[in-house]
Amino acid sequence: MKHDNKPSTTESLSKALIHQHGLSDEEYQAILAHLGREPNLTELGVFSVMWSEHCSYKSSRIHLKRFPTEGPRVVQGPGENAGAVDIGDGLAAVFKMESHNHPSFIEPFQGAATGVGGILRDIFTMGARPIALLDSLRFGELDHAKNRHLLQGVVSGISFYGNCIGVPTVGGEITFNDIYSKNPLVNVFCLGIVEKDRLLKGLAQGEGNLVLYIGAKTGRDGIHGATMASDSFDDASEKKRPNVQVGDPFLEKLLLEACLEFLEQDLLIGIQDMGAAGLTSSSCEMAARSGTGIELDVALVPRRESGMTPYEILLSESQERMLLVAKPGKQDAVLAICHKWGIDAAVVGKVTNDGLLRIKDGTQTVAEIPAKALAEEGPRYDRPAAPPSYQDSLQSLNLDMLPDVKNPDEVLIALLGSPTIASKAWVFRQYDYMVGTNTVVCPGSDAAVVRLKGTQKSLAITTDGNSRYCLLNPHMGGSLAVAEAARNLVCSGAEPIGVTDCLNFGNPERPDIMWQFVMAVEGIADACRALNIPVVSGNVSFYNETNGLSIYPTPILGMVGLIDAPEHITTQWFKQAGDHILLLGQTNEDLGGSEYLKVIHAREQGIIPWLDLEVEQRLHRCLLELIRQGWIQSAHDCSEGGLLVTLAECCITSPLAPLGAQITIPPHRIRLDGVLFGESPSRAVISVKPEHLDAVREAIVQAGVPLTDLGRVTSSSFDVTIQQAAPVSPICFSLPGSHLADIWKHSLAKQLDGDE
Amino acid sequence: MNIGIVVFPGSNCDRDCAYVASDVIGQSAQFIWHQETSLGEMDAIILPGGFSYGDYLRTGAIAHLSPIMDAVKAFAKQGGLVLGICNGFQILLESGLLPGAMLRNRGLSFRCEEVYVRVENAETPFTNQCHPGQVLKIPIAHAEGNYYTDPVTLSSLQANAQVIFRYCDADGQSTGPSNPNGSLDHIAGIRNAAGNVLGMMPHPERCAERALNNTDGFLVFQSMVASLKTQARLTAR
Repeated sequence: MKHDNKPSTTESLSKALIHQHGLSDEEYQAILAHLGREPNLTELGVFSVMWSEHCSYKSSRIHLKRFPTEGPRVVQGPGENAGAVDIGDGLAAVFKMESHNHPSFIEPFQGAATGVGGILRDIFTMGARPIALLDSLRFGELDHAKNRHLLQGVVSGISFYGNCIGVPTVGGEITFNDIYSKNPLVNVFCLGIVEKDRLLKGLAQGEGNLVLYIGAKTGRDGIHGATMASDSFDDASEKKRPNVQVGDPFLEKLLLEACLEFLEQDLLIGIQDMGAAGLTSSSCEMAARSGTGIELDVALVPRRESGMTPYEILLSESQERMLLVAKPGKQDAVLAICHKWGIDAAVVGKVTNDGLLRIKDGTQTVAEIPAKALAEEGPRYDRPAAPPSYQDSLQSLNLDMLPDVKNPDEVLIALLGSPTIASKAWVFRQYDYMVGTNTVVCPGSDAAVVRLKGTQKSLAITTDGNSRYCLLNPHMGGSLAVAEAARNLVCSGAEPIGVTDCLNFGNPERPDIMWQFVMAVEGIADACRALNIPVVSGNVSFYNETNGLSIYPTPILGMVGLIDAPEHITTQWFKQAGDHILLLGQTNEDLGGSEYLKVIHAREQGIIPWLDLEVEQRLHRCLLELIRQGWIQSAHDCSEGGLLVTLAECCITSPLAPLGAQITIPPHRIRLDGVLFGESPSRAVISVKPEHLDAVREAIVQAGVPLTDLGRVTSSSFDVTIQQAAPVSPICFSLPGSHLADIWKHSLAKQLDGDE
Repeated sequence: MNIGIVVFPGSNCDRDCAYVASDVIGQSAQFIWHQETSLGEMDAIILPGGFSYGDYLRTGAIAHLSPIMDAVKAFAKQGGLVLGICNGFQILLESGLLPGAMLRNRGLSFRCEEVYVRVENAETPFTNQCHPGQVLKIPIAHAEGNYYTDPVTLSSLQANAQVIFRYCDADGQSTGPSNPNGSLDHIAGIRNAAGNVLGMMPHPERCAERALNNTDGFLVFQSMVASLKTQARLTAR
């Protein structure tokens, strides 16, 4: 018997209830127009999550169009679970980065753990086996116990999930600033590999094909998580702890292996992770992408607790669940694989041709909404944007008011021990960064490098972003982040081939925040276009503010580069005493926004470095040429902390014993602190064997890249002579390499373990 | 030579071990699902690392109840070579194939890093390509590798030369700081009394290739192959 009953709309919804769902009056009017009637409570809930900022990108979507998303290597651009680029040998690299900021502040361990779980599912739903994770973290300064607690919780959570599922955490970065004390950032990047022509997508094609639910049973956890992530925080936010989900990496490991078996046996039309907004978003997005409809019966959904309403089942964000559409006649094979791995699975619906998301509870229809209205036709806002009133004062800094550096050795030591620059080994050694036996360059160099077994190739991966730069100049800050990420890859011997972004900002309803966002997006887009690096996926996280205090604008980039041959893999540390040390690039008085100004002078002000994208590109071409010729021993991007910190890092960051250097800084026309600690972009420090020096010098000059000879690598002490314009006598200092190494290696552990 | 690699739900070094067995030491590697009851024709068995059943209970506590473990025990009893790495070592302890138990690491957190171990007995099927006292650099990656056993068992392990690897520093000295997890007597790996079952916390499969900048782990696999070849020659006579 056919039950063609319409969802009941007997109760009229109060205005308060509508607002409680985070929907504005205009948005509610739009819902009425889409439905041609009033929604019932279930439908209201479904609209509220799908039209939340987190799911709909309503404030950001029109701006994200500026990103270059195409290129000869792009296999899948933005809009799918993750982006994909062609890496040759019939393979594609699939990658994406996502934020899990709000949950991680409320409950750092589970918040970070489920962030890892979510991004992994985005990758293996594409049919790719995840082979690398990276994390970009931002915390308040570690002298506050709460910040240490948050860091420890987040690191344990990442370690718990990533280690168990057996995907190595190979890199990432962490920086500290008190602006993140009440709103830490947890951005997680994942990369996987798939045969290019077997890429899976989130599609629901073919009327009558069966829709299957697999994975964890649905509980009441995480209901309205997406709505929570679309709101600011206040002191009462801790009460939202029940909104944070709990992760089960073991179950996800089973799910991962089962999904890769589906792919192997070619059983699926499409598959999608149930992430934010759970069953609702996965079903309506799959239908909307395919121009079809989906009919689901919530009574068939495996549940963890009894008495759940359709509203709760639809909006639950229980982790480790997938929705998939099987090829005709293949559902039994899918169920058999699930049985083998001990995973719950059920047929819960079918694909229809009416374009509707129809939800039934047994025979009763409880919701019926056009899928496209939810997934694609949500609100779009061109929100007002204007620079904040304080922008000019941020940029104005009279350097003449600050004394120039007198004792550069003391400043060097202070910078090497500052948590943003100090070694992150305390963190990394809690992550399994080797499982998979592909990690060729472990955490601690400019980029992580993973090899691709069965080929000659490797991929270099980095995450980067400098939020202080973005605060002072969001447009240039966005471009500088792209340039630094690309430079890190190039220094590792890789050609950048694609980028994903995670854009962390405050409340977009504030014009100053929106201005930061628009400027940063433009800056990123400009640099990606100039350097020919397509943006293939990404994520926007707004409302990163607590009690009205917004974080610094923090766009983070996750960039991937391709290394053609194992001998091109290059690391940042010096290799051998006697090698020559060269600086490529021009040093200007770029102290504005520098780590030096923050750590030594407690200023976060000034004009940030100017990036010339042509100069940057020239440097990249030159470095890649030198590396491919086999002429250089090491290459290190010169960035946070400036030249002197970079040189010290070249000596002490090797996994083997530290080396030293005999450095001579030639006479200079700018402030000495600018020479030593300024952060001019488009620079790198390389080391070269004596027999290659002439060829290297010639190639650099030919490439039109400024070149400075700085000295030689030595076996132990870090000796620096800073020549001054005559008649001033040079400044000289000498520090044992082992002393610098001790400070750099143990600084973070001292701050964190002193907490016990 | 056929090397069987047992896959438990949650094993995650199974593919790494298979890669070393096939692509690095050139033998045939086969996965054996934990629900199987027979190993098939195998010359050696590896219980790989990972988080079997999520290790939500005691590490290895559920995996040792898997149907395949009866076949592994029978294989071991007949003198077959069994290598348990990390979680595989923990499963060997739970199944009684090796004595003792694992506690949480001394520092209570997961540790992934390269450590040094000293080869205490170079006359085993797993170390015959090493020389006595040789220091190997092999990575660890575990939260529960703090080996413990009672004093009587410890004495018998020591007396029978069953301690195969001890944590040490680069110069071969075992000190407090060179022990990454607090294990009793710096134990990193032990074998059974018969000598054919080895459990070790460090991961030799992670350092068996030049591409990974470390080949010390290769010696363990090379030793197994050498031992099996010798055995095969003896049987042929």
